[in-house]
Amino acid sequence: MSTVATSQIKLTPEHARPRASVRSRLQDALPKIVLAPSFAITIIFVYGFILWTIYLSFTNSKTFPSYVITGSRAYRRLWGWTFDTDPPSSWYTSITNMGIFGFLYIFICLALGLFLAILLDQKIRGEGVLRPIYLYPMALSFIVTGVAWKWFLDPGLGLEQTLHQWGWTSFHFDWIKNKDFVIYTVVIAGVWQASGFIMAMFLAGLRGIDGEIMKAAQIDGATTFQLYRRIVIPLLRPIFLSAFIVLAHLAIKSYDLVVALTSGGPGGSAWLPSNFMYEYTFKRNEMAVGSASAVIMLMTIVAIIVPYLYSELREKPR
Amino acid sequence: MLRKLLIGTALASGFAFAAHAEDVKEVQMLHWWTSGGEAAALNVLKQDLAKEGYAWKDVPVAGGGGDPAMVALKAMVAAGNPPTASQMLGYTALDYAAAGKMGDITAIAVKEGWDKVVPAALQKFTVYDGKWVAVPVNVHSVNWLWINKAVMDKIGGTEPKTFDDLIALLDKAKAAGVIPLALGGQNWQEATMFDSVVLSTGGPEFYKKAFNDLDDASLKSDTMKKSFDNLAKLVTYVDPNFSGRDWNLATAMVIKGDALVQVMGDWAKGEFHAANKTPGTDFLCYRFPGTDGSVVYNSDVFGMFDVSDDRKAAQAALATATLSKSFQAAFNVVKGSVPARTDVPDTDFDACGKKGIADLKAANEKGTLFGSLAQGYGAPPAIANAYKDVVTKFVHGQIKTSDEAVTELVKAIDDAK
Repeated sequence: MSTVATSQIKLTPEHARPRASVRSRLQDALPKIVLAPSFAITIIFVYGFILWTIYLSFTNSKTFPSYVITGSRAYRRLWGWTFDTDPPSSWYTSITNMGIFGFLYIFICLALGLFLAILLDQKIRGEGVLRPIYLYPMALSFIVTGVAWKWFLDPGLGLEQTLHQWGWTSFHFDWIKNKDFVIYTVVIAGVWQASGFIMAMFLAGLRGIDGEIMKAAQIDGATTFQLYRRIVIPLLRPIFLSAFIVLAHLAIKSYDLVVALTSGGPGGSAWLPSNFMYEYTFKRNEMAVGSASAVIMLMTIVAIIVPYLYSELREKPR
Repeated sequence: MLRKLLIGTALASGFAFAAHAEDVKEVQMLHWWTSGGEAAALNVLKQDLAKEGYAWKDVPVAGGGGDPAMVALKAMVAAGNPPTASQMLGYTALDYAAAGKMGDITAIAVKEGWDKVVPAALQKFTVYDGKWVAVPVNVHSVNWLWINKAVMDKIGGTEPKTFDDLIALLDKAKAAGVIPLALGGQNWQEATMFDSVVLSTGGPEFYKKAFNDLDDASLKSDTMKKSFDNLAKLVTYVDPNFSGRDWNLATAMVIKGDALVQVMGDWAKGEFHAANKTPGTDFLCYRFPGTDGSVVYNSDVFGMFDVSDDRKAAQAALATATLSKSFQAAFNVVKGSVPARTDVPDTDFDACGKKGIADLKAANEKGTLFGSLAQGYGAPPAIANAYKDVVTKFVHGQIKTSDEAVTELVKAIDDAK
């Protein structure tokens, strides 16, 4: 190949060179030209609006954006609400719910996803049928998941009612109507939706592990438990990281699930920060407070993503 | 593919061009009355305008309902392309007017003599800085009881005249094994009921001071505390599954006879009508005990935007037609509300509607027509929602005592001011 190319260049007459260089320059620039619109759109609609939101959070914007900087009143109000625990302020409820939901959602999804993947990896029959069944919930929108689980968990319609009709009348499960437990129903629905997808990620990881290592360990007399604990799970570390990032951002941007499943919960007890943001910006005409809460959400995401990017970019040169 | 796209674009631009050419004879209307009775009621207005040669064009809103519509409207106005008019609630029209986006239809108002026939309390939401910027379409009132007559007869109940009567009635229903009070545990429904409780407990003067003037002393008074205690009493009569229920499902419980009574605005009547029930024989409408003679209202208005000159004639025609007696009667008979002008004959209305019209007129003359705080007619949305927060947290137990509720209410309202 290369000899042919060199000989061609040598054969090219002097006068043809400028034309070829225009074309090659165009070819060089083509990817940039093609990417430019989407790049510009991203710059404006993602980063531009992030800056705009940050700007708005320091103004006195109410119904409409106002451009007069009035200081950090919105942040001071949020900070004050952070410590309003009894009775809980809406902001306090939102951030504690975020903590509970974020932790349980990520943890259970990872654990369940790994467990299912290991089970499916035992070379069982019918894997081709089972895998899509677990994966399918991810194809549903959060609204569908929310409404379906809302009906299923409603004591007057779903599980409790059905079991009562079957004769188990002492059965009682009303978390969705209970201000202290409603956030856990959001976890249940969220886990149901995402764990299959996480399973697929782990399954791909498991398939990528070299069988030789496993065999070597077995010959050395490792039990199955030791095999997974000492060899397989450490080898899956990159999958854990990717799954964690996917789950973390899904958790932080959850909005529709809460609305569809609980419509905010009894006394607003199921709110997440995104619900808080929408409510204050669009319903209460307190755009500055809404923007401030959006900025805090962004900072939370940044706090998670930046260390991840850092570790990824640092490992590349090796 | 490309050809299809080109044809599509050509057609779209053709339509856009045609729309511009017809602008003068067209009313562009943003609203969310798209289903059932409401849409039928609005058809009357469309026909009235068609008679005058104005075409009607709905501005579509994805998703339906008030919230997405308001977000869409914000975008349209910000882009400098407002519709001729938009359905609006509460302080929205005034907010847009303050931002200099609303038109001025004072000339029509003067010609038609609106300031004499539209209740003064209502004009607060249609007149900004001495100029008419919106036209009221209807007046809903929220201090109603809706009672299933069959259940009422079975337990031998009579119209409750005081709050204690109501409690006694609810006790009777409980003893008979019926759910006494149908309530949907969403913050606006709880707060709407609380509006009536406060009016009943403190009387008209107190309601006005606390919920329209936001007087600090009234908000932290013992009367307010008593109101919260009364609300707590009422909440003991709901079924355990009430949290998160939609208002129309609560109404359905009364219609079916599973529950005795619902405290709700008169839009609930639409549900009874849709189920072919007649007032007096199938269901009863009473004022919330202790609030007879006062009306706590909310109202839909059509806000009139500052449109280009060639669209002003159509806007004027829309405004005039909306407040015409014939449309007010025809629309409100269907909607369940009462006309926004006090000189519309009540012949076409049912018994509840007739009472509503008489009550509105009397309340307007006596000065006992008050904006509902829960519905966003007592104070701007920031405050109204802070109020709803406190009420719903009290109902669901995050706020445990009435003392705490009063403290929280004062704090929340101060914070939102």
